[in-house]
Order: sequence, then C-alpha cells, then structure tokens
Amino acid sequence: MASEAELAPPDDTHRALGLTDEEYGRIAEILGRRPNHLELAMYSVMWSEHCSYKSSRIHLRRFPTEAPWVLVGPGEGAGVVDVGDGIAAALRIESHNHPSAIEPYQGAATGVGGILRDIFSVGARPIAVMDPLRFGPLDDARARWVAEGVVSGISGYGNSVGVPTVGGETVFDETYADNPLVNVLCLGVMPTERLVLGRAEGTGNLAVLLGSTTGRDGIGGVSVLASAGFSDDESDAEKRPSVQVGDPFEEKRLIEACLELLDRDLAVGVQDLGGAGITCATSETAAKGGAGMDVLVDEVPLRQPGMEPFEVMTSESQERMLAIVTPDRLDEVLEIAARWEVRATVIGTVTGSGRLRVVDGDGTVLADVPAKSLEEDAPLYDRPRSAPADLDERRLDRAASLAAPEDCGADLLGMVGDTRWVWSQYDHMLFLNTVVGPGGDAAVLRLKHPTTGEDTGRGLALTTDGNHLWCAVDPRVGSAATVAESVLNLAVVGARPSAMVNCMNFGNPEHPEVMWQFSESVDGLSEALQAFGVPCIGGNVSLYNESRGRDIDPTPIIGVLGVVDVLDRVPPRPAFVDGGSVLLVGRTDPVLDGSQWAARHGHRGRGSLPALDLDAVVAVADAVRGLVADGLVGGAHDVSGGGLGLALAELAVVGGVGAQLAGIADHAELFSESVGRVLLCVAPADLERVRGRLDAAGVPVVELGRAGGDRLVVEGLVDVSVAELAGASSSWLPDALGSGTTQG
Amino acid sequence: MTFEVLVNVSLRPGIADPQGATIERALPALGFAGVADVRVGKSIAFTVEADDEGAALATVQDLCHRFLTNPVIEDSTVSITPAATPVS
Amino acid sequence: MAVVRFPGTNCEFDVVEAVESLGATAEIVFHDRPSLGAADAVVVAGGFAHGDYLRPGAIARFSPVMSAVAEFAARGGPVIGICNGFQVLTEAGLLPGALQKNAGLKFRCETVELRVETTDSALTNRATAGAVLRIPINHFEGNYTCSPETLAELRAEDRVVLRYVENPNGSVDDIAGVCNAGRNVVGLMPHPERACHELLGSTDGRPLLASFL
Repeated sequence: MASEAELAPPDDTHRALGLTDEEYGRIAEILGRRPNHLELAMYSVMWSEHCSYKSSRIHLRRFPTEAPWVLVGPGEGAGVVDVGDGIAAALRIESHNHPSAIEPYQGAATGVGGILRDIFSVGARPIAVMDPLRFGPLDDARARWVAEGVVSGISGYGNSVGVPTVGGETVFDETYADNPLVNVLCLGVMPTERLVLGRAEGTGNLAVLLGSTTGRDGIGGVSVLASAGFSDDESDAEKRPSVQVGDPFEEKRLIEACLELLDRDLAVGVQDLGGAGITCATSETAAKGGAGMDVLVDEVPLRQPGMEPFEVMTSESQERMLAIVTPDRLDEVLEIAARWEVRATVIGTVTGSGRLRVVDGDGTVLADVPAKSLEEDAPLYDRPRSAPADLDERRLDRAASLAAPEDCGADLLGMVGDTRWVWSQYDHMLFLNTVVGPGGDAAVLRLKHPTTGEDTGRGLALTTDGNHLWCAVDPRVGSAATVAESVLNLAVVGARPSAMVNCMNFGNPEHPEVMWQFSESVDGLSEALQAFGVPCIGGNVSLYNESRGRDIDPTPIIGVLGVVDVLDRVPPRPAFVDGGSVLLVGRTDPVLDGSQWAARHGHRGRGSLPALDLDAVVAVADAVRGLVADGLVGGAHDVSGGGLGLALAELAVVGGVGAQLAGIADHAELFSESVGRVLLCVAPADLERVRGRLDAAGVPVVELGRAGGDRLVVEGLVDVSVAELAGASSSWLPDALGSGTTQG
Repeated sequence: MTFEVLVNVSLRPGIADPQGATIERALPALGFAGVADVRVGKSIAFTVEADDEGAALATVQDLCHRFLTNPVIEDSTVSITPAATPVS
Repeated sequence: MAVVRFPGTNCEFDVVEAVESLGATAEIVFHDRPSLGAADAVVVAGGFAHGDYLRPGAIARFSPVMSAVAEFAARGGPVIGICNGFQVLTEAGLLPGALQKNAGLKFRCETVELRVETTDSALTNRATAGAVLRIPINHFEGNYTCSPETLAELRAEDRVVLRYVENPNGSVDDIAGVCNAGRNVVGLMPHPERACHELLGSTDGRPLLASFL
C-alpha cells in the first residue's frame, strides 16, 4: 500500500483540470499511486459534470423507466422501444447550449451531428430530428444573431446530412439572454434484430476508428496540460480552436458505412465519439463488455502534427465512430469503409485485463487505469438544495391582482406568432414520411419498415415541450404539466404515448435553489409519467446555464414518442372548419399565475399554478384520441401556453376562418393555462355523437359556439379580424430577423 | 519547383450576387460610407509542382476552367508565387 | 429504371418508393459504376452529392456513372434531374444554365405551385399544359440563371418545362424546370416524388413521374 503522503497531489494541476482534492485522492486510491498527467486528463474529462452527471445522477434514478415495450432504457447511446411489426424506435435528446452561445452556426450544427451518431450507434437509421430552441428577447441584437446562426446551422447540417427536421419549438425570453438553449432530439428506426449496444467483447477483437481525423478542437479545459514549448504562448493557444466545425458530408458517409456494417453483422459493437472522445468511447465499450482495451495512441489519424497523447485521448473532434470487429472480418469492414470514402483505422485491441491502457508506438504504456473506474467510480454528489427563502411570499403574489385588460384582442395580437420562418429552412419532408410536419401540435410520420420499406399502415408521432414560465412558478407542478401537455399534443393527432426522453436545462448546481428546482422537476416529471404509464428511456442534463449573473428559469424539455395505431387519413389540423361546432373539452381553473399573459404584464415566477389533475388529463387524452381515431373531429388543438385565447386565435389563423363564441367569463378564463384541455371543431352532423362519447367518458365538455366568418369573436372579450391575427402571426419573425443575411 | 497558388473565384459581371447586395445594404447602418460594388466570392489555396511558372499557370488555368469554376456564372483570377520553402 | 446515387445523395429511396408506387421497378446505381445496365429511364436524385462542396454538382459530374448517363441521354433515353440532380446535369453540360443561391439567401422547404408550360418533354408528356401542380421545393441553390441568349433560345424552342406561379428563389423568368434540345433530358428543382401519396398532402407529382415510365 502506498502511504497517504505518496498519494497526495504533487501540485495544483488537478485543480486546473477541474478536479477537487477529494477527486484526486479517489483517483490515486483507485490506481494505488499518483496518476500521471495523461491519466489525470482522462479522469478529468470523464468525471466532468458533462460526462459523469455527478450532480444530477442520484435524482435521475427516480424516473420510472420500465414498461414491457422498452428494449433499452437510460444509460445507453439512445433509448429504444418496440413499436410493433418487428420495428424498434430509438430516441434521444441532447443539449448543445454552451457551444451555440459562442458560435451559433457550428454549435447547433455539431449538436445535430452528435445526436445522429447516438441514434445510429444503436443500429437505427435516423429518420427525424426536432429542435426545441430558446433564445434571448428579439429586441436584443445578440439574441437575434444567435437565433439566425442556430437556425442556419441546423438547416445547413441537417438538410445536407439527409435527416428531416420535423418540428420543435422556438421561444424568445429574457431569461435566455446570454444563454440560449439548443436542444436536439432524434428519432431512428431499425429492424428489432439489428439492435446493437456499444460493447467491446472478445479478447483480441479490434477497435476500429471510423470517420474524421482527430484534431485539437474541443479539448477545452484539458489544454492546461500542454507541455512547455507547446503552451502559454499566444500563437499556440490560437492553434487550439475552441469551436468545432461540423462536416455533414462526412457524417452522411459515416451513417451509411456504419449501418451497412451492422446490416452485414460485421461489428460486435459500435459506439459514437462524443464528450471525452476516444477516452470515453474506449473505456465505455470495454467496461460495458466486461473487458479491457489497449489503445494504440500513435495509430490515431491526426489533423495537426505534434499532438500529445492527452490531446488525442480527449479531443472531441466531430464525425467519428468506434466499431469493435473480429479480426477475421476486418478486411470486409475496411472495404465497406473504402466504398463510402470513410477513413478506418485500427486503434486498439480488446483485452481481458479490464484495464484501459494507452500505449505508444514503442510499446511504452502511457496510461493504465481500470476501464470501469472512469465511468462507474465517478463521484456522485447530493448537492445541497433548498427552496427559495421567499417562496411562501412569492406564492401569495397572485396574477389575479393584475388589472383586467380593456381589450383582450390586443393581447392576442401580441401573442400569436407562427415559426414558419424557422422551419421552412429545414427539410421536413425527406423520406416521404411526414404526414404532419412542423407547425402542428405533434409531428406525425408514416411508419415504414426500415429494411423492406413496407408501409405498416401505422404511424409514429413526436412532440417536444417545455415551459419555463410554469416551472419558474413551481418546478414540480410545471414539469408534470409539461408531460400532460405532451400527452395531449399526441392525443389530438390520434397517438398514444409510448416513451419519453428529457433534457434538463438548469442553472448552477452549486446554488441550492437550482438543485431544489432540479429535484422538484424530476419528481414532477416522474409523477406525471407514472400517471400516464409512460417510461423515461433516456435523458440529458445541462447545468450551469446562467445569464447575466442569474440562473436561467428551470427549463426541463421533454420529447415524447407516440404511436398512431391506424394511420389511414391525415389527422385533424389545429384549424377551425367553417360551420363546425367549437367544443372545449376539460375543465378550466381560471388561474393566471405562470401564464404568458401574466408574463406580458410583468408578473412571472410568482403565485401558484392552476390545479393539475393528472387522472382527469388521462381521461381527456383517451377520449380525444378515440374521437380523432374514428374521424369524428374536423379540427383539434390542445390548450397550453397562451391559454384558451391563444389556442382559439391559432385555430382561426390556421383555418383562415373566424368563430362566434360565448361562455368564457373573463380574461382569467381566457388566458389561464390550466392543463388538461383540448379544443375541438366538430361538424354539426357528428356533434351529438361526439358529445355522447365525451359524456360517457365522464369528460367535461362545453360548446363555445360555431366556426365561421372572418372575425374571431368571444362575447364580451375579443372581437378581432382573422386577417389581422394572421398578419401578426406570420410577420413577427421575418420582421425581427429579416428575410436574409449571409451565413457561415 | 513548388508554387503556391491562390485562385479567386467570383461571380461574372452581370450575374446577381445576393450575398454581396446584402452586405452592401448593411454598410450604411454600420457607418461605412462610400463603400460600393461589393461582390462575394471564394478563394482556393493549394500548391502545384511544375517545371516553371508558365507550366504551373497552364495547369491551374485548366483546373479552373474544368473544375474550380462554373463558367456559366463564375470567373477566376489566379496568383502564383514560388514557394518560399519547399513544401513536403 | 435507374436512380443514380452519389455519396451525399439522400432522395434516392424516395424516388424509388414513388416510382414503384406507380408500378415501375427501380434500381439504385452507385456513382462508381460505369454502366446503367438495362435501364430504360434514369433519375439523378436530389440531396447533397459530395456535400455540395465547391459547388453543387461540381464533383459529382466527374463520377464514372455520369459518362454512362451522358451516353444514355445522347441515345435519346429519358434522363430526369431532380433538385441536386438538376444541378449535376447543368454542371455536366447536359442542360443549359446554372443554379445559384436563392435570392433570399435562405434554404426553403415548402410546397409551391408550378405551371406546366409544355407537354413536349420526357417529364410532362402525361401532364396537362397550363395545369397548376402543388409540389414541394427543398433547396438553397435553386435560383436558375442563364445568359440572355440561352434564355431566348429556351423560350423560342419551348424548352421551359415548368414555371413557378410565385417565384420562391429569384429564378430568371420564374423557371422551375427546363429540357434539352432533344426534350429527353429534363431538370427541375421541385421534388415530384414528394407529391405522390394522399397522406403527404399532394399527388400532383404522379403525372410527372408517370411521363417517363
């Protein structure tokens, strides 16, 4: 045994790498000696918040993750569920918030690239991307620059790589002024038997690095280790680009090559290279396969000469994958790679030692650590958490005290806003699956067999949702309400929820209030998932989102996958149909706290959210889904952000038809965002049947009036022309962002 | 001999250049008066081995015409200099 | 029918699905193949061949398969270039003109209206002259450009096959598609394969694809 003194840190290098004294001690204890600089670099990237989830992991365990249809739960490249007909669907969401704040185009582009690799690393072909985006206010020049760059980056990378972007959300708010949120969700499909996991099994098998060369990009904090002669002087710092540049054409070829390897059963396992680069990919595959690996660091093809081993091992250069192959199939692997013009290099061998060793060309062992320890022994922190000191006081400050507006129509004109400017820049139609694309409540895709192309006659539906205004008031109820909103978004297109993934965007975890928000949010999401019987199959945590010295409002963003059992007609649009009856399904709790309307009038983060009855939402969702499936609904829209008022305005704009409505008591009923409601537009001939079915299901329903005419009229509250609403809706983004500037 | 080559590709006169026009429109707001005729192109740098500069130029011009530009919409100008140090 | 696939092409399977739904059989031909086999029609599908690096189509035109396509076209065989395929055919000199960045400097993906200007082409012989079709576009570089002489020639010879009802990209004379002098090679920026199924919102692409089957 080495003595305590022999294990003590010799200097402050570990702190410069972001490791605490305790973490250093733990590494020394694992190794039984002091780590060298390379080993220290490897632990520092693997034990970073980004890779280890050390502040959040103890909370994430509370998510319900099981259901009979779950094939792969959290902890792998992507979650996977069985969607029937021998097809498995892979789903994953990630954040690229911080890179996008620095270089919006490349930050967003590489975010798309990273999520695609997660999906095809489990054997699935990516078929759809969604982008939930949050930017600072539109009157801020930098926020506009970020928004334009991010949208161009998603467009430039996603369109070229050949995966349609079928939806998402775009929100502008002061809480994201210096800290945009760029979350990316990807859905892939595969024949169930092709499912593979990143496992390095079989001593003597080879680790083949596929794709791009390795450069100094994305080395970040580890660069403090650069040895004398390569450090400190400024010209050298310039050689280390902090921004990574995405290459969608490389990625496209990588997708085709990897899927062909898996189709032909040539790989034992495949793993993407993301955070912590080769260190993460080799240690994870080895640890999960119960094996070890020798990494031949000098074999890695480099983009720049003179890179040191710690740089090679931690580089996050884009568009790289690691495949584990048996030696007898290597030639076939190399042949496929050559056909797709993808670089392929053997950079390691699987060993039975359980150790990750980095070996140079002379056979000198540069690093030697237990493979498992890089991931499994990462520290877990139960960071202090406490509710805000003024929580009770905040909850007593109710939006009901705000003055009632003289003209609710004026508020509506300021609230409507479609995001066509964003999504018309995305290819949302590729693969001929998109039955409902961006702009609807949920995207609906035809489900074709990934190998034969045969149409199953069924569909997949996809929605992403998040509401920071709700979560700022109450992270628990707000998070639960977000799940309810997703379930209703699926119900209005006739889909039942199958699985959820989440991206937890929060502030600084060292602030007890942020950890309280996080923990409350996890509980809220979990409660709602239990109520709807939906498993969480994966997630991503993005912490340290701070803007102008303040933590962002808590922003859990979720993606929910749904299944449409019979897709034989286009689902109802969120649109009035001339002459139809307008029905409000579900109960309204006329509470304005946490609403967009209240925020517009300066009241946010205070009060108490409307009551959320999850069982009632289940009943509404089931009833609506059934009506939609039976073709009894002409138009359908869930009621969420902006309340009944905004939902009605959107129905009018999309349908190009107004409505004559009554029975809404006041502005609180009009703008309350109480969750669990859906607006339906039903043809007169179907009205009795629809009401009968809703009554039988015990779901409250009121008839508000009829669709028709060219004005949206809510008796006593709103009287505005549809043309005016449509103009405001379509012009807000082009007016703010312009119709075009040059892009990178 | 090794020559360093810089090819500048630009849109032919008379071909609309929306990027150039957009930059030009932004200039007054930024306080740049008197800047006009903005044209956006691209530059392509590479080295070429040839016996002499004339031979290098011939190769590069052929390359420009057949591959680096689309003569329907693009022109190119070429600058060639002997490499300061031999390029490996 | 042969559907040409370069590295970076991404609409090849969509074209196969659409033409097979019309009763044809289609085979994907990789760019390194010097022959088209027994195909009686060729589609150069959309996407981003070679990443659109340098210029869309600039690298693809040198692929071995393009020599076969040129020979096939010279023999009078029907060749259709869709979107990126149109760009490849102009780069290869099989069609006149060039495609520049959209005037709005944005990628545009949306369904637009097209007017059939002539039925005397491989792509429109089963369409109706003057008919307005709803078909999606999906491009950044779809702004058709050519010299005044070329434009005059295209008009005089009735070789503008399709025009946009509302010009989305700045194309000269609202041109969405043109054909060669032999009328067997046609290029268009819109994607008829995306408009062949009721669930996808339009079936107006069918008469176009049916024209060369």
